[in-house]
Amino acid sequence: MFGLGDLNLTYLVSITLVSLYVSTAAVLVSATLGLPMALAVSFRDFRGKAVVTSIISTGMGFPSVVVGLLVLLALSRSGPLGEFELLFTPEAMILSQTVLALPVLVSVALSAIQSVPQDLRDAAFASGGTSTDVALLVVREARYGIVTALLAAYGRAISEVGSVLIVGGNIVFSDGTSFTRTLTTAITVEARKGNIETGIALGGILLALVLAVNALGARFRDRTPSGGRR
Amino acid sequence: MAIQRRRFLQAAGVGAILGLSGCTGDAEPPQAADGESGSQSGSSDGSSSSDQELTLATTTSTYDTGLLDELNPVFEEKFDATVKTIPQGTGAAIETARNGDADVILVHARGAEDEFLKEGYGVNRRDVMFNDFVVVGPADDPAGIEGMESAADAFATIAESEATFVSRGDDSGTNKKELLIWDASGVDPAGKWYREIGKGMGDTLVQADQSGAYTLSDRGTFLATKSKIDLEILVQGPLKGGPTILKNPYGVIPVNPAKYPDVNYSLAMAYAGFLTSPEGQDIIDSYTVDGSQLFFPNALSESPQFGQYVPEDYDDDGGNASASVSDAQFEQWVAENVPEDF
Repeated sequence: MFGLGDLNLTYLVSITLVSLYVSTAAVLVSATLGLPMALAVSFRDFRGKAVVTSIISTGMGFPSVVVGLLVLLALSRSGPLGEFELLFTPEAMILSQTVLALPVLVSVALSAIQSVPQDLRDAAFASGGTSTDVALLVVREARYGIVTALLAAYGRAISEVGSVLIVGGNIVFSDGTSFTRTLTTAITVEARKGNIETGIALGGILLALVLAVNALGARFRDRTPSGGRR
Repeated sequence: MAIQRRRFLQAAGVGAILGLSGCTGDAEPPQAADGESGSQSGSSDGSSSSDQELTLATTTSTYDTGLLDELNPVFEEKFDATVKTIPQGTGAAIETARNGDADVILVHARGAEDEFLKEGYGVNRRDVMFNDFVVVGPADDPAGIEGMESAADAFATIAESEATFVSRGDDSGTNKKELLIWDASGVDPAGKWYREIGKGMGDTLVQADQSGAYTLSDRGTFLATKSKIDLEILVQGPLKGGPTILKNPYGVIPVNPAKYPDVNYSLAMAYAGFLTSPEGQDIIDSYTVDGSQLFFPNALSESPQFGQYVPEDYDDDGGNASASVSDAQFEQWVAENVPEDF
């Protein structure tokens, strides 16, 4: 591939895999935690709900480097979670990306869920549905927005460089396979070496990857299950 | 296949950790052990790697020039180990080791290394190799420093003419050296002409090139980047007759296992031993980029070189300085290490 200079295929494939693995895991964890969170916040009325919503949206603006530093402090051998020796591992990167992706996912999912008309929930309750039935119905109605939430979280995770550089350590083994180097942190290495074209070419791979994920998401989103809109 | 299984294990372990975090405290240790065994089995599955892992925090100049790609595979083969190299600036590398998150460091800022030794975080420092720094700038040399014999004078001249100067500004070894030279020049660099950019050496050179600015670079990175930029060497380092203040010595320091019992001290010592062995020194000596040698080995010496083990200002004549023969020191060892009922 032109622009990629002398980077070999093993290296390219493995940094791409690490990027995919870390970001996908982070989004899955975020979804597991975040969707129930969004449902809970949207279904319940409680005092300070507006404040909670604002705090969650504020999380979308977390600077990734700060998140990286906080995770570094927590996972360092001299930090509170040091005994697990997670610093400079893909797991540490998943943790920091989860912190970054979760607020995006919850915020977007929340607004999608809240835009499902109240009439529909009332009707579902009236026709004898349990609250689980109603929740499932609402999720199905809000499907479009929820997939968008997942994609936004994915975009936040995979394009992120500040925190994964700090907590992952940008490690590549001597046989050229990546341990904690992602496409984004590989770009910083090329930039530091002054290899601007190579960096941009890696950016192209990253964009192609994001495009593929989005295409996949769009297919999933637009597939019409029975009773769905459109 | 093996890799994918490991990935899956890791994903499952992490999912579990994160999913349960905040639920129960005692659920955590088994999961951490899980993740560990996952990576352990993964590395023993790998082709040439084994159970031993060494975390090396190092400066970007050793990494970006490709030197470590020559050294580490040979070490890994010899010691059946895997090296995890974390390329950072010298300041960041030392900080990583100070937190106990690296086993060994390979860096180039003697002042900061001495600090690290004095605080007790590092032991058994060895000199490994050296090259030098050069002052580079645009070919038309607006401040007129070309050929100056003193780096400090060159810096003072740049400041006087307020020609743009780009500083790494990242606490790296090069940045520390630059500040040392400003100190020697008696100028406190300030003003719009002085730009701290917080980037690595390669992109600093590119930025200096783009903005027609001067900067300080290690010779290795400059040589490796030269083909992409138009900057020229205006003040040579000591390798080519320039002032000694531009010297650039590299040292290797294992992290003190008394501070962090979990560091892989024996492997760190093996690494220091390898770098300073005839074999390691030979690899450094024969490493070239575009026909230029980037680093010069200096670990081998038939006569003792005691200076490398201790901080530069260490005073051997002081009271308890010669620790091994001091009575007070010996009495302290007895008090600390020999049980009362011996």
